[in-house]
Amino acid sequence: MKRLSLSQAFWFLLRRDLLLAFRNRSEMANPLLFFVLVITLFPLAIGAEPNLLARIAPGIIWVAALLASMLSLDGIFRSDFDDGTLEQMLLSAHPVPVLVLAKVTAHWLVTGLPLLLVAPLLAMMLGLDEDAYGILLLTILLGTPVLSLIGSIGVALTVGLRKGGIILSLLVLPLYVPVLIFSSSAIDVAASGLPATAQISMMLAFLFLALSLSPVATAAALKMSMS
Amino acid sequence: MSALLQTRDLCCVKDDRVLFEGMNLALKAGQILLVEGKNGSGKTSLLRILTGLSLPESGDVLWQGRPISEVGADYYEQVNYVGHHDGIKRDLTCLENLRLVQAMGKPLPIDLDDALEKVNLYRFGDNYVATLSAGQKRRLALARLVVTEAQLWIMDEPFTSLDKASMAMFQEMFEQHLEKGGVIVLTSHHDIEMPQSDVVRLNLSE
Repeated sequence: MKRLSLSQAFWFLLRRDLLLAFRNRSEMANPLLFFVLVITLFPLAIGAEPNLLARIAPGIIWVAALLASMLSLDGIFRSDFDDGTLEQMLLSAHPVPVLVLAKVTAHWLVTGLPLLLVAPLLAMMLGLDEDAYGILLLTILLGTPVLSLIGSIGVALTVGLRKGGIILSLLVLPLYVPVLIFSSSAIDVAASGLPATAQISMMLAFLFLALSLSPVATAAALKMSMS
Repeated sequence: MSALLQTRDLCCVKDDRVLFEGMNLALKAGQILLVEGKNGSGKTSLLRILTGLSLPESGDVLWQGRPISEVGADYYEQVNYVGHHDGIKRDLTCLENLRLVQAMGKPLPIDLDDALEKVNLYRFGDNYVATLSAGQKRRLALARLVVTEAQLWIMDEPFTSLDKASMAMFQEMFEQHLEKGGVIVLTSHHDIEMPQSDVVRLNLSE
C-alpha cells in the first residue's frame, strides 16, 4: 500500500486534531470565554459612557482577541509533546511543515473562528459604529490566523522547556504588535467612515507571509526542541 | 552483502560528558543490535541519533551507504521508532490511533482488527486509550510495527510493563521481521534470547 498523499495526510491530521478538540471541548472553550468576559467587563469598569466605549471598542476587542489567542497557544503542541506523538510526527515520511500547518489550522478553527462568531455581538454591546462591523469581522478573519501561525513558532521553541510560559509571551508578543496596530487602526478608520483598504492590504500581506514562512520555522524549531 | 545501517565515527556529548565516541557500527539485513549499558550510558541518545531525531556531536549515520540527512523522507519511511513515550493519544480509541499511525507512515494492507488481535488487543478497538493498562498501551504502541511497513525497527525498552507472554509474542514477531530481511535496533533491561537470529551486542558501559 502506498503512503497517503500529502493533502490526504494534511486532512487526516486536521480531522484528528478537531476530533481531539471536540473531545476536550471544555478546555477549548476557555479562550472564547476569556474573550467574552474581558470585553463585557470593560463597560462595567468604565461606566455608561457610550461615546467613550464606542471610541475604544476596536482596541478592546483586539487586545482581548490577542490575549485569548495567547492563552490557547501552548495547547498546539503540548499534549503531542508529552505523549510522544510529536516525535512520531517528526519521524513521519511527510514533510513536517505541512503537518505543522494542519495542526495550526485545526488550532485556529477551534480558537480563532469562534471569536469571529461572537465579535459582532460584543461590538454591538460596546456601541461600535455599524459601518465598521464588516471591517471588524474582516480583521478578525485575517488577523487571528496570523496570531496562531506566529504563535506556533514560539510554542515550538518553548515546548521542550518545562516552564516556558513567560518566555513564550515575551517571544510572541512583540511579533503580535503589528497585527494589533493595523487591525485596530482599520476598524477605527472604518468607524469614521473612511476606507480601510491600506490596513486590510497590510493584514493580507501579514497573513500570506505568515502562511508561507511560519510552518517552516515551526518545523525547524520543533526539531530543535526534540533533540 | 553490504550493510544497510552504518555509523561512522559517531560521537555523542551530553552536558559536557562524552557518552561515546568513535562508534563504528554496521548492520546487515537480518541482524539485530542489542544496545546494553547502565542507566545514563547513552542508549536512548544513540537510538535517537539513529532515528535522526537528535544530531550527533560528530560523525554520520548512513542508510544504504548515504547519510540519513541526505536520504530524508525515504529513510523516515523505512524507520519505525517506538520510544520511551508510547506515541499514542489518550483521547482517541485504539483503532483511531492505528489509523493515525498508518496515515503518518507507509501503511500495510492489513485489517486493523486483525492487527489488534496480533498484539492481543482484540475487542479493545473502540476503547479509549485512557482506559487501557500500562502494558496494553505498550502493546498498542508496538502495534505500529504490525500496521506499517518499515525495514528498520528502532525500539527503546519495548518490553517495559509487558508480561512474559507478551514479551515472547513480540520476540517471535522480531524474529519474523529479521527473517524477512529487516533490521532491528533495541535497548532492553530484560534478557533477550533469540538463538535463531543474528544478534549483535553493544555495551555502552565498557
